[in-house]
Amino acid sequence: MAVTVTMPQLGESVTEGTIQQWLKQPGDAVERYESIAEVNTDKVNAEIPSPVAGTMGEHLVAEGAVVPVGQAICRIEGAEAGAEEGLTVAAEGAEPKDIVAAAPPPVEREPVAAAPAQKEADVAGVATPRDGMHLTPAVRMLAREHAVDVAQISGSGIGGRVTKKDVLEYVQRRDAGEIERPAAQPEPVGGVAARRAEIGAAPPPAQPPAPAPAPVAAGSDTLVPLTPMRRAIAEHMTRSVQTSPHAWTMVEVDMTRVARVRARRREEFKARHGVDLTFLPFVARAVVAALQKHPTLNATWSADGVVLRREINLGLAVALEDGLVVPVVKGADRLSMSGLALAAQDLTDRARAGRLRIEDVEGGTFTLNNAGALGTVMSQAIINQPQAAILVMDAIVKRPVVVDDDAIAVRSMMNLCISFDHRINDGLPAARFLRSVKETLESIDDSADLW
Amino acid sequence: MATMTYIEAIRSAMRDEMERDERVIVMGEDVGVKGGVFKATEGLQKEFGEMRVIDTPLAESAIVGVAIGAAINGLLPIAEIQFQDFIMPAVDQIVSEAAKIRYRSNNDFHVPMVVRAPFGGGVHGALYHSQSNEAMFCHVPGLKVVVPSTPADAKGLLRAAIRDPDPVLYFEHKRAYRLIKGEVPEGDEVTPIGTARVAREGADIAVFTYGLMTHFCLDAADKLAGDGFECEVVDLRTLRPLDREQIVASGRKCGKVLVVQEANLAVSVASEVAAIVAEECFEYLDAPVMRLGGPEIPGVPFSPPLEEFYMLTPAKIETALRKLAAY
Amino acid sequence: MERKKVAVATPEAAKEAGLDNDQLRTMFMHMVRARVLDERMWVLNRQGRAPFVISCQGHEAAQVGMAMALRPGYDWLAPYYRDLAVTLVIGMTPKDHLLATMARADDPNSGARQMPAHYGCRRLNIITGGSPVATQVLHAAGAALAAKVRGEDAVAFTSLGEGSTSEGDFHEGLNFAAVHHLPLICVVENNGFAISVPWNKQMPLKDVAERAHGYGMPGVIVDGGDPVACYAAMKQAVERGRRGEGPTLIEAKVARLTPHSSDDDDRIYKPREELAEEKKHDCVLRFRTTLEESGVLAPGDAEEMRAEVMREIDKALQEAEAAPLPSPESAMLHVYGE
Repeated sequence: MAVTVTMPQLGESVTEGTIQQWLKQPGDAVERYESIAEVNTDKVNAEIPSPVAGTMGEHLVAEGAVVPVGQAICRIEGAEAGAEEGLTVAAEGAEPKDIVAAAPPPVEREPVAAAPAQKEADVAGVATPRDGMHLTPAVRMLAREHAVDVAQISGSGIGGRVTKKDVLEYVQRRDAGEIERPAAQPEPVGGVAARRAEIGAAPPPAQPPAPAPAPVAAGSDTLVPLTPMRRAIAEHMTRSVQTSPHAWTMVEVDMTRVARVRARRREEFKARHGVDLTFLPFVARAVVAALQKHPTLNATWSADGVVLRREINLGLAVALEDGLVVPVVKGADRLSMSGLALAAQDLTDRARAGRLRIEDVEGGTFTLNNAGALGTVMSQAIINQPQAAILVMDAIVKRPVVVDDDAIAVRSMMNLCISFDHRINDGLPAARFLRSVKETLESIDDSADLW
Repeated sequence: MATMTYIEAIRSAMRDEMERDERVIVMGEDVGVKGGVFKATEGLQKEFGEMRVIDTPLAESAIVGVAIGAAINGLLPIAEIQFQDFIMPAVDQIVSEAAKIRYRSNNDFHVPMVVRAPFGGGVHGALYHSQSNEAMFCHVPGLKVVVPSTPADAKGLLRAAIRDPDPVLYFEHKRAYRLIKGEVPEGDEVTPIGTARVAREGADIAVFTYGLMTHFCLDAADKLAGDGFECEVVDLRTLRPLDREQIVASGRKCGKVLVVQEANLAVSVASEVAAIVAEECFEYLDAPVMRLGGPEIPGVPFSPPLEEFYMLTPAKIETALRKLAAY
Repeated sequence: MERKKVAVATPEAAKEAGLDNDQLRTMFMHMVRARVLDERMWVLNRQGRAPFVISCQGHEAAQVGMAMALRPGYDWLAPYYRDLAVTLVIGMTPKDHLLATMARADDPNSGARQMPAHYGCRRLNIITGGSPVATQVLHAAGAALAAKVRGEDAVAFTSLGEGSTSEGDFHEGLNFAAVHHLPLICVVENNGFAISVPWNKQMPLKDVAERAHGYGMPGVIVDGGDPVACYAAMKQAVERGRRGEGPTLIEAKVARLTPHSSDDDDRIYKPREELAEEKKHDCVLRFRTTLEESGVLAPGDAEEMRAEVMREIDKALQEAEAAPLPSPESAMLHVYGE
């Protein structure tokens, strides 16, 4: 078998060499490590040792030729076993890999292994936006300059973020007449106002009131001005529906056992932990366990792929008098029942008092809505972007149900309704997720301690 | 115009300036008879004599300290430190003395000295022949720090450094010595210190970089162009003082910024550039300001997989750019 | 390489050194001026009017003797913080130093950017010095190199305490100067203390001049209390340098009659008896006695000279105190040249 010998790199920063003299002619016997040629570079003069034993074959390069590092210079025939068949072997002392191409490239060479080149373990990664809602300064500035309502624009950035490019393209299309100008709205929606609204803080400074839009308020009607929170909710909900193809399904859950446990443990729980034991922590625990088993429900859509979030940050929707807010229990999978109960109570209290902080409303990976407290039995919620789904626990109602094949019993029944982003999950995983939650709740150990 | 390698351009600058001005001298280890371990000063002692091209003892503090004294007494010395890795014994003379002499004498004295040193990895040089420690000097008022990436700038910046009335640290990338070839204008062209160069125009992502990484960034930018993202690649050229105007202009133009350097990332030149962008381009930003640099290990290790882990490549830069483009 | 102790100051020695009576009187006047100025600065410090003083008391003979062998404005100097007397001989004035002591804007050394005793004056070729010790040895070597490159016969003087000879730059400087035959004269003013650290904790040798042999240059020990001997030793070294014969190391044995600086209290580490003994041999007193005994100074001359110097310094202090402080914005100037 033949082995091809290439020009080695003789010295740091050397890129080429000249074959001064061939020391072995075609047909000469060659021993391993025996010198086969003299090479000059501008740093050193050296002899190239043969990588294998065999017979000198073809000279691929003549004496006096200038050869870039890595180029083949000769073949050695009849190489002994130990050299792999057809292998291109760089002579000893050669650099086994890259000289990466430079802009005006004198010497170019493919990196040997693609894998190391792709490795980016140490590479500073670009942060992923925490949710698609926020507007960057550039987007806000452009929206202001061009009188654009950002809620009208679909975002191409991660998590559905409206990017600078999106705004510019929108403006271009609008100016070309491809998009109808909306009713006069001088102020774009969202951004800081939206964030503050979420927190339920005092109204943000310097937001000039929007003038009454033209098609409203005929004589007997009442015009209710839009609060910042209203605007924010409107913007988010519209965008959420435009971003995620919503699908919906539900299961019925027999909460009788849970109800019994709750009744039994309520007083003790209140005494020990200082908060009421509601149904919420039971469902939250079951949801968290199910999310661990079904990670695609705790995920985010991105152009590069579905991002499975490691953290389980459970958003708990809180209904306010004039709106809604979704504070987040961070690391919900690390909390016990009492931990969840305490966290939920704390967030709810602070939400109602308008004392939530930015961190309290950021970073959610899944949302649970305890709509049942309001009395509804079936709900179709809108996903909290950029999450994969939102789960509603509707009211627990005593109903007659069939048990044990054909007996009828009265059970406390609750509907669990999930709206999910069909880009990320199909019906099967969504249904499986629901089933996990249901099974956990229905098989609760009524003798277990609630810690 | 002549085509020459990066190291030929450096040698040419020294040669031309020594011919033009008899006050210019070169001193350092092996610079005379041997012509420098990389041959940067080859031929100079033959042409200008032993009094002007001086082989010094192996003592970095002395190389710089004596150069300071000579500069104070009317010469224009170019002190060569053999590897930037070995500049540490001279830091007292550079930082405590050279940087402060004009200021501490209330403008009575100044130090028109150049300290040249090769830096950078990718040459199997391991921990002590591959460092990029320029950031520590960029922190010192009174010093100027330049890093050319092309032969034209190698010559132009060295000329400017030699003619500068204050101490200039001139760091040349050792990998670029023979790897990078380019056109170098004839005549008396000087690259002004403190000016960056827009190596490639674009409007989507501003990439700020220097040294060998400039070429890698240009390669990565080409790949992105194929997918409709146009990067503006800015070669900083001077690291102190930074060309704030260009940084701000490109930052505002693009709205997305990636700062790329070979050196360890934390507390670095990239950190300063990112801070400038954050302060002056905030209203125009469409993404967080990102930096890409060497990992937090004390040097470039020897074994190839370890060296590859450390060194940036066009592919790694491309990955970071794509992430930023998608944001 | 020689190690010699030069003869004590006598009229004969002075003649041999080529000093006439006028020069001897000038020599004494320089010493008096240095001493009186130094004393005044301590007074200002102890009155709370000057934050920092560092002294040359006890070093005057060595400094004046050696500085008088140099050519001001032609030769180069990289002195250290104790070289008040050297600077006065070369041409700085008491007012210059008081402007620095009082931190005034017109301080010619540094515009009050540096602490006092960080001497520098381009006009007089006194290279600006910083606080890291021994760095100046390399600067002097560099100045000597430049002179040599230009074919001039200027020499470069540098000085430091014996403590600073432990620094690497001292060794690198001597080595460099010897290898390249530079006209460098390195003077070690050995007063036995580096703040509180005595010479025997600083080095394994009693005489720094012994190191000279290791660096391939002559080492000369001289009685630092004898200005004529110091003058003679320096004159020899200067002539060597001008002839292109290379560097010399001179060690002047002196006494430090004050603590290291106004921030030091030497009672902890220097027995009072030792100090008393040193004061007995105070070099200013000694030289005065020698000159009076040989008639160079008439009776009453010394007192008159002292009074004259006092008046000079009173006036200088008045002018310095009236001078303005630097403006805050001026802090931003002169980082780089235009």
